[in-house]
Amino acid sequence: MSTMQPVSDRSAAPGPPTQAERTALMRLATFLYLRPRLVLALLLGPPLVWMVVIYLGSLVFLLIQSFFSLDPFTGQVIRVLTLATYRDLWTPANLDIFLRTASMAAAVTVATAVLAFPLAYYMARYASARLKAVLYLAVLVPLWSSYLVRVYAWRLILAKEGIITWFVSQLHLTLALEAVLKAPVIGGPSLSVSFMGMFIVFVYVWLPYMVLPVQASLERVPQSLLEASGDLGARPGQTLRHVILPLAFPGVVAGSIFTFSLTLGDFVVPYSLGNSSFFIGQAVLSLTGTAFNIPLAAAFTVVPMGIMAVYLLGARSLGAFDAL
Amino acid sequence: MRSKAEGSRPRAPLGLRLATVGVILFLHVPMGIILLYAFTTDETTFSFPPPGLTLNWFQVAASRQDVWNALTLSLRVALVATLAALVLGTLAATAVYRSKFFGREAISFLLVLPLALPGIVSGIALRSAIGMTDLPFGFWTIIVGHATFCIVVVFNNVLARYRRTGRSQVEASMDLGANPFQTFRHVILPAIGTALLAGGMLAFALSFDEIVVTTFTAGHQETLPIWMFSQLTKPRQRPVTNVVAVFVIALTSIPILLANRLTQGPPE
Repeated sequence: MSTMQPVSDRSAAPGPPTQAERTALMRLATFLYLRPRLVLALLLGPPLVWMVVIYLGSLVFLLIQSFFSLDPFTGQVIRVLTLATYRDLWTPANLDIFLRTASMAAAVTVATAVLAFPLAYYMARYASARLKAVLYLAVLVPLWSSYLVRVYAWRLILAKEGIITWFVSQLHLTLALEAVLKAPVIGGPSLSVSFMGMFIVFVYVWLPYMVLPVQASLERVPQSLLEASGDLGARPGQTLRHVILPLAFPGVVAGSIFTFSLTLGDFVVPYSLGNSSFFIGQAVLSLTGTAFNIPLAAAFTVVPMGIMAVYLLGARSLGAFDAL
Repeated sequence: MRSKAEGSRPRAPLGLRLATVGVILFLHVPMGIILLYAFTTDETTFSFPPPGLTLNWFQVAASRQDVWNALTLSLRVALVATLAALVLGTLAATAVYRSKFFGREAISFLLVLPLALPGIVSGIALRSAIGMTDLPFGFWTIIVGHATFCIVVVFNNVLARYRRTGRSQVEASMDLGANPFQTFRHVILPAIGTALLAGGMLAFALSFDEIVVTTFTAGHQETLPIWMFSQLTKPRQRPVTNVVAVFVIALTSIPILLANRLTQGPPE
């Protein structure tokens, strides 16, 4: 009720408005009140113009540019619609980049789901209200903050002289670590320059995006179903496999939208911990930054957008959007 | 109906508790390690355990002009981008809440798009579009990028608050003879005040930390994340980077914690 007070309390307003001011304001108020469409246009105009003209406009412009091509001699963009740039995209080296990035995204998605599930399950089923709030913040803060710092932290941890190497040597397992690093594809000169290191860091930075939707979907599993399953003689493991996991699956798919999309588009992690084998993000960055081949860079970004479009369609049919 | 008292909650199996603790540690120990490294005496490598501890790097970092330049640029960008997002996000939320119109459902989809699409897509799109204009890459182009993905944060917060508050107070205010401006100042603004503050803080944290879109729109300007990224490839005094990293953690985590507190309902 107290919020009503100031309306009638005219003296609260700074300086009493003169009669002329008041009637002008009232007239404007009446004018606007009688024209709800105008008010709507005034409200919606600025944000809509911003998003549609600046943002959607840029995206469409990007798409169009992927159908332009680069003159190989002058380095100028030729503004004629052509599929030549997409032909250039279809080289074995670029296909390798797509395959590498998509495999990494898939591996990261599976690993985050496996790690997220126990935490989400504990939060949804066992944690007290107070503990749940704390755990929720413990997941939320890393989701929103310090992305670059969190990648950087792993440079310290995975460095050759860093903390992992130290632990491994304390455990007398140095030879085992060296053997793992010698493995083809995933290995490298040290953990901080290897696909294995990149994989760990990707899992680390995207894990919160998986925990929250999985937890939300687990919260919605009705207690009565679990009791019914138990009453019908299912062991806890059976209830988990045949009741909880199927019901939580849309949450996992919802989380995977983020982990997959974020991995596809990232260039910070590959630059910080990768070797000379490019990922999509790096390729786009070097094409705009050093090669100035905007058409090819644009065509490059169409691929992750296409992958995500297919992914989203699949996710929708699995009911992931209800879990968001 | 069976009451579920706090005490009757079953205890989780040991394996599940261990896994939970493990995942939480995995999420948070790396931040602690950065804090430790901000005090190391080792200037050139990341050796563990640190050979010695010192407070010296905080002083060195504070005397580095490049750090200050990057920090002030990031703060200015985050403030202006947050202000733009506050205005645009509130306008959009108000429109969506009070009117029905064609395409209303599409608004929130449009607003969330910059966060949902991979950052490189938005980044290169804005870059090539801005490149077509005469606008030089720098302060204002960074803000264009940041405001674009911050709007949705404010929009969501304000819209959720509108839905929780309901229309009856506004209607009462009008019935009591207040004009729309008085209603806005004395009824609507107090009701959405903390939602604005929370949305603004989230937007600030998001902007202060952003690197992917910024890389494409910054030109030669260096925000703090870009400065840090350049230190990853050509490090100079690594502990200074660690000090800055600790600072970034604090400056982005604290607003998020405060925003979370502000959006919780009033104590019952």
